[in-house]
Amino acid sequence: MFRLHLIPYGTKFDIVGKSKYMLALAATIIVVCLSFIMFKGLNYGIDFKGGYIFEVRMPSEPNVPALREQLGKLDLGEVAIQQFGAKEDLLIKLEKPQEGEGQAAAIQKVRDTLGEGVVYKKVETVGPKVGSELVSNAIKAVTFALIAMLIYIAVRFEWQFGVCAVVALLHDCAIIFGMFSIFPLEFSETSITAVLLTASYSINDTVVIFDRIRENLKRHRKMEMSELINLSLNGTLSRTTLTATTTLLAVLSLYLFGGKVIAAFALPIMVGIIVGTFSSIFVASPLLKFFNIKREDEKENNRTASNIN
Amino acid sequence: MLVVSKTRIATTLSICLIGLMFAIPSLVNQSTYDRLPTFLQHTVNLGLELKGGSHIQLEVDLKTVQKERQESITDEARKQLRKQNIKYSRLNVQQHENGSAIHIILKDAADASKVKKILSKIEKDLEITINNTDVTAVISQNSMDEFAKRIVGESIEVIRHRIDETGTKEPTILRQGLDRIVVQLPGVEDPAEVKRLLGKTAILTFHGVDEELQTIHAREGEKVQLPSKPGVMYLPEERGEGIVSYVPIKKQVSLTGKSLVDAQVSMDSRTGLPGVSIKFDSVEGTRKIAELSAKYLHKQFAMVLDGKVLSAPVFQAVLTDGNAQITGNFTMEDATELALLLRAGSLPAPLNVVEERNVGPSLGADSIANGKNATIFAFVFVGLFMIASYWKFGMFSVVSLFCNIMLLFACLTLLGATLTLPGIAGIALTIGMAVDSNVLIYERIREEVRMGIRPSLAVSQGYKMAMTTIIDSNLTTLVGSIVLYEFGSGPIKGFAVTLALGTVISLFTTFSLTKSIIAIWMRNKKEQEIEV
Repeated sequence: MFRLHLIPYGTKFDIVGKSKYMLALAATIIVVCLSFIMFKGLNYGIDFKGGYIFEVRMPSEPNVPALREQLGKLDLGEVAIQQFGAKEDLLIKLEKPQEGEGQAAAIQKVRDTLGEGVVYKKVETVGPKVGSELVSNAIKAVTFALIAMLIYIAVRFEWQFGVCAVVALLHDCAIIFGMFSIFPLEFSETSITAVLLTASYSINDTVVIFDRIRENLKRHRKMEMSELINLSLNGTLSRTTLTATTTLLAVLSLYLFGGKVIAAFALPIMVGIIVGTFSSIFVASPLLKFFNIKREDEKENNRTASNIN
Repeated sequence: MLVVSKTRIATTLSICLIGLMFAIPSLVNQSTYDRLPTFLQHTVNLGLELKGGSHIQLEVDLKTVQKERQESITDEARKQLRKQNIKYSRLNVQQHENGSAIHIILKDAADASKVKKILSKIEKDLEITINNTDVTAVISQNSMDEFAKRIVGESIEVIRHRIDETGTKEPTILRQGLDRIVVQLPGVEDPAEVKRLLGKTAILTFHGVDEELQTIHAREGEKVQLPSKPGVMYLPEERGEGIVSYVPIKKQVSLTGKSLVDAQVSMDSRTGLPGVSIKFDSVEGTRKIAELSAKYLHKQFAMVLDGKVLSAPVFQAVLTDGNAQITGNFTMEDATELALLLRAGSLPAPLNVVEERNVGPSLGADSIANGKNATIFAFVFVGLFMIASYWKFGMFSVVSLFCNIMLLFACLTLLGATLTLPGIAGIALTIGMAVDSNVLIYERIREEVRMGIRPSLAVSQGYKMAMTTIIDSNLTTLVGSIVLYEFGSGPIKGFAVTLALGTVISLFTTFSLTKSIIAIWMRNKKEQEIEV
């Protein structure tokens, strides 16, 4: 019977040997991303900055430039108008948030400007304070989640594994955030979820490889570390690519069929899965080489060989 | 040989069937749903962005009430100090390290301990520091937090009353953080009315009008010089047609709207204009209004709502039955709204809208349809890929993947979790990641076979060897998602729930369902027929 094999059996790639270049590449990308994040910043959406979003269906095809000019006169900050789907469907964003009673007045002004017969599919108002709280809450939640995973890995493996996994994770996050900075992608509330998904996928992927390394450490006690990491990476390569493919397929269908909002959310996840897979293979695992990991035989005196099975 | 006991197979199958049973109501159309037995009539809770409605985040203005609280303590302290003849050169509320503090400068340092006693009698949760003649009192953090909690709690009650009065169905009103309240109104597209209602504190008070000072009439927006007199303040009264009257009212509150039991729109018998009939409770309210009307018989008094005079009529008779009428320059709508607000009670603190999201029902329906499509396509893509990679074993995964999705729906329904847009994306992704455990096992089986182990043994070996990996990788995700749920808010929480459920369910389907199917299938197979 025919079987689809993405990766042929018995590969012997010297991944650790090439890790110098890969780590240098990863470091360069991180530096580029971080400098974009620092100097250009993220393209924050209304969720964070505060402001107004209107999703409307106009009664007839609108004159977008004229409308933009009219809305610009309302003194509600920068106006962004996007046409999507049918020509009558507009997404209007105004970036100047108000507090308290100014909000209702601002919405009324926009309604007056757009005129009669408009269907309001979505009207959102975000005050200026909410955004900054959202950022600090998200950062807190993600940081705690990272620490918890680090502790779990440190307990189940060795602390060195935890450190390498978290370095790989930081690499992923830097690239995802960098992507939001480099490309004209809006960073909104759902983007946080995209970053989280990437992180959870990546950690999952890393743990699978680490698990194989741990197993091989017990099995091949005298094997040199680089060789052992290579053996483990090649052994899991088929699974790594297969799972990445199935997950990418699922995200691809989100991107293609999920509609505008979900598609905007699926794109960074696709990149995230590729980056997460890359980091598990080329960052997290080769990094282990630089740590002096205690082998089973060295600590056999301290504890009886544990067999989880 | 891979052996799974009969009881385990039976349990697994019944769990899957129960899951399927509870997932179905969320997936069928309305007419089929109506024919289902009642215990199955529960569907997944849809988030507002999916079913359409209005989401309003309110901030409770705690600073204002906290300041009021400190000022009332200061007033009380001033009275007490005068009574006990303690001299001071300063007594006021001042800026302090965090927030504000009551600050007293005494003439004589010897009085300090006496002052401390007086202050702690007025308010027991004061932290009082004495520095020679300086006495500083700060309300303790603990008490501030307690206070904030109470104010927010009371606000939620009042909000619920007011929204119920408007007839909005199934509102969700939740506390968020220290000083936030989230109000969700499904099916409401334009919440202008609700927002207007929530924007009013609706504190109704009755005051006597000062007889020496004149009421001053002016045009709206005109600057007027108002005379000042201790214990008296001028408050505006709108007279219509751009005329504002400034009425000199006594600061002291004679009666508040707290002791009201009912408020209804009624017509003023003399003028024929709309007004609000109010009824005071039988004990305290009735006594107080009787006293007030006796004291101000044939004299002017004022009805004040949120710092504005509604009207300043003259008591014509002593009111003994606890009934009164509020008059003013009302339209019918004004009167209806005022009656509603008075019935629902006053807010303990002003509320500010900080965030508002309104989604029309058509957009929500589009999102659901898109989410459904994406999920179906994800399932088909992943399923085909698994079958292409593992043939029969791939089909087994497809069956368990299907059960996985059904169980996820069932769990969301039974837990009453809310499905949001990122949640739908989470489900589609779970499909991609759920097969990972299967992939791990199948790859392991292939490795074992390549090492020369006979297939039937390789299958059970594969399961055994992949176990630790699967548990470690899934537990890491689980630990992460629990922490996210604990500390995250809004969409992060929703995402964490889907992720955690997806992880647990995929563990179940891999080690119970897929394993059972494989075990049953292998029973009568010869070695050469087993190929992964």
